[in-house]
Amino acid sequence: MISISEEAEQIMNEDAISSFPNECCGFFYGTEDEQGHRQVTKVLVVNNSKEGDQRKRFEISPKDYLNAERYADELELQLLGVYHSHPNHPAIPSEHDRVAAQPYFSYIIISVNESEVQDLRSWRLNEEFKFNEEQIKHKLLNQ
Amino acid sequence: MATVIIPTPLRKFTNNTARLEVKGDTIEQTVNELTVNFPDLKKHLLDEKGEIRSFVNIFVGDEDIRDLQQGKTPIKENTVISIVPAIAGGTSDVTFSKEELARYNRHIIIPEFGIEAQKKLKAAKVLVVGSGGLGSPVLLYLAAAGVGNIGIIDFDVVDDSNLQRQVLFGIDEIGKPKVEAAKRRLEALNPHINITLYNTQLTSANALDIIKQYDVVADGTDNFPTRYLVNDASVLAGKPNVYASIFQFEGQVSVFNYTNKDGELGPNYRDLYPTPPPPGLVPSCAEGGVLGVLPGIIGSLQALEVIKVVTGIGDVLSGRFFIFDALTFETRTFKIASRKDSAPITQLIDYEQFCGMKAVEKPIKEITPRELYDWQVQGEKFQLIDVREPHEYDIVNIGAELIPLATVSANVDKIDVDKKVVVHCKMGGRSAKAIRELEEKFGLKNLYNLKGGILGYIDEVQPELTKY
Repeated sequence: MISISEEAEQIMNEDAISSFPNECCGFFYGTEDEQGHRQVTKVLVVNNSKEGDQRKRFEISPKDYLNAERYADELELQLLGVYHSHPNHPAIPSEHDRVAAQPYFSYIIISVNESEVQDLRSWRLNEEFKFNEEQIKHKLLNQ
Repeated sequence: MATVIIPTPLRKFTNNTARLEVKGDTIEQTVNELTVNFPDLKKHLLDEKGEIRSFVNIFVGDEDIRDLQQGKTPIKENTVISIVPAIAGGTSDVTFSKEELARYNRHIIIPEFGIEAQKKLKAAKVLVVGSGGLGSPVLLYLAAAGVGNIGIIDFDVVDDSNLQRQVLFGIDEIGKPKVEAAKRRLEALNPHINITLYNTQLTSANALDIIKQYDVVADGTDNFPTRYLVNDASVLAGKPNVYASIFQFEGQVSVFNYTNKDGELGPNYRDLYPTPPPPGLVPSCAEGGVLGVLPGIIGSLQALEVIKVVTGIGDVLSGRFFIFDALTFETRTFKIASRKDSAPITQLIDYEQFCGMKAVEKPIKEITPRELYDWQVQGEKFQLIDVREPHEYDIVNIGAELIPLATVSANVDKIDVDKKVVVHCKMGGRSAKAIRELEEKFGLKNLYNLKGGILGYIDEVQPELTKY
């Protein structure tokens, strides 16, 4: 189960729409309780550093990744995962997503067209290196 | 002894520790030490060969070890090593909508085929050369199967005499470009695919530019110059050429220039026939005829081989040559091999000269029924000739001089040379033949074919006359 604050969701959605037709990407932060319930409260928008066709691929540079880890320490929050958009494609992980996926992280995928977000879903890698969908509890009140 | 910073996603394998002190003189030793202490880390850091996974970056200070000495990079006291997961991904190259999944269900549920083969079909780019007798079933089945990108090259227009075998077309398309009629039919069959049209003749000038944009070529041409051109261009562009041909009651199929899974290149058409037959020895379908169902059978086999080449399923008909005799219902499959003595194909040549024949009959002058009517009304001086049979003339005629097709050359002295001559038949096919014969044998240049024949004239000018 993952909850996303309204503000965090809005930042991710806006990034997805403004980056269209390219894929956007970034990190999100928050807390995880003892039952494994995650609460996303903060978003860090990151540049898509993929050389070539950004409409179908995204990449985050190692430098941006190291900064994202440092930012977690500054915020005193947990780095919970990565979000990215699928322009004109469903919010389902592709094979490209799976091969590069890390354990522990939540992967939020935003399906977007030129004007609006169609769908937002979250996924976690399991022990067999396959994705399971993570249930989203939407519209957590701002804190 | 170095400090290793563990990224968030891997900390659950290090008891939630972010910074670890690890022994080792090089990166390799340090990583090994780390995986000995924390065995669960191993599959996330190392691949099956024990090398650092491509999606894991290791930094010494600010530098990527790929820019240093990779695993051999030496470690000093107090060095800070960061393990940085590569964060990347993207949209799947091939996805299916709900409608597509439902459409292709009978493919997907075949265990040996499945979604992976269907994805290959959707991603594939197939060029079909010729949209006639063979092209019709090839295009219909490739479109139905979900080949995602189909190119069609043909310069011809639909003629009534095509409909006996070219099942892509109907009577409403007569006179229209074949590629456009084909596109409408295929889009009505499968809206989930892209179709690119080339309403032109394939020539030595354009062949490579067109073929190089495709993964597979399906040759459904009806003449030797274009067949050698397709073969040579496929060899030069490195594309497999799924070949078929038909004549009267016999059909042939093979896959040329195909590289198998072991990287071995199969033979091409020139390994089978290094040079074309003497001009006139092998007539075309237009001259020799063909049983209409035969291209349906052979074109379907051709479509099957295209699908096998694209998906990699089954044994492709490479290095083998299949012959079907419709009269005896006998089939034979010969083995064919590359010729060691054949000269390599290095460039495209003039194939009409090479074969001693034209790939395409040259166009003839035409006149519409409306223009003919205008000539009649305006008192234009011209001769009107009907090349039908006497019994047809008795049913209906428009006052033309009757010279049946088989007798035109013998009656050339009856044809005016000093004014325009309009030639007609029932629908325009026989009169075109008569004009070509007279032009070639006698060099006549004053002949006009009545478009649509007497039936067209009745429709547009004199609807009260009898149609048959």
